[in-house]
Amino acid sequence: MANSHSHHVPADGGAAQRKVIWKTFWVLLILTALEFLIAFTMHHGTLRITIFVLMTIVKAFYIVGEFMHLKHETKSLIWLILWPTVLVLWLIVALIVEGGFIFEELNIFKFLK
Amino acid sequence: MASTITSTSGEPKLWLGGVEPMKASYGKLMMWFFLISDTFTFSGLLVSYGLIRYSFPAYTGEVADFTFSNLYWPIPEKVFSAVPFLHGVYLPLVFVGIMTFILIFSSVTMVLAVEAGHRMDRKNVEKYLLWTLLGGITFLGCQAWEWTHFIHGTDEGSVIRELINGEWIERTVFGANLKENQYGPVPFADLFFFITGFHGTHVFSGVVLNYLVFYRTSTGFYDRRGSYEMIEKVGLYWHFVDLVWVFVFTFFYLV
Repeated sequence: MANSHSHHVPADGGAAQRKVIWKTFWVLLILTALEFLIAFTMHHGTLRITIFVLMTIVKAFYIVGEFMHLKHETKSLIWLILWPTVLVLWLIVALIVEGGFIFEELNIFKFLK
Repeated sequence: MASTITSTSGEPKLWLGGVEPMKASYGKLMMWFFLISDTFTFSGLLVSYGLIRYSFPAYTGEVADFTFSNLYWPIPEKVFSAVPFLHGVYLPLVFVGIMTFILIFSSVTMVLAVEAGHRMDRKNVEKYLLWTLLGGITFLGCQAWEWTHFIHGTDEGSVIRELINGEWIERTVFGANLKENQYGPVPFADLFFFITGFHGTHVFSGVVLNYLVFYRTSTGFYDRRGSYEMIEKVGLYWHFVDLVWVFVFTFFYLV
């Protein structure tokens, strides 16, 4: 298949690329370990959720960028993948707010108290 | 694949119709399109989770005093606190942490297989694909155990209150299914089954795909074809499955 990598092995035999792979692995591992630390040391709240979401986005960036190689693709392909995802994030936020509305305004659970 | 033509460096690479768009081969681009559509499906599940989660009351007391009740959303670390062979020991999120590690590590071995494929290094492709397969199968095994435990529940069960025909009924429930749930409101169990189940199905497909490319690698198929790009395409899928788990882990188990 027409593949820019297949027949152009880097001069170092791919050693630099393997180094990046292992670096990415350590980043993911340390971030996950930190998430555990935060889960058991911090109180539940908006700040904690924000930290978790940010760390998840950083992990996603490393997985998609390095493991899936998207960082090294053309700009048009990067945006092609990124924009729909950004819109999805908006949908998630919008419907979480909507869920809060259902809880507060309709308060269908008040009779359970 | 018949639809692509190998070119020497410098010339634009071609599909059947002309120059390849976005400098990506047909197969890889189609895999990206598929993954985007799969993202929408998983987002649908996560969006539902967000909506339902926030339309239920949250537990407001101290974490240490938490008890299961169907009147508020549970704290995930209290639900997922069991580990195989350590019955009755309270180990919050330990098992799911192990599962996360297994999946991240299998993603690493997958990308190492892709890298070996670039060098046409068949032995290493085989080796790393086997490690990836092992990781995937182990993850599925862990998930099967977690489901079993979730369905059977704790020894004591928990007392739930229900309003039936205008009267409050109390009864003890063990474990969870789609209709009743000892850990919290019924939708919590429903979402657990749907989200982790749909992800597990993806892991299973990934294991099957990995096995197929492993088989073709070991019979020398990709050497004869002159390219290991199929490993890259399956790799894209496998990393996506890992990526979804990263989100499931955060939104279902941590937040």
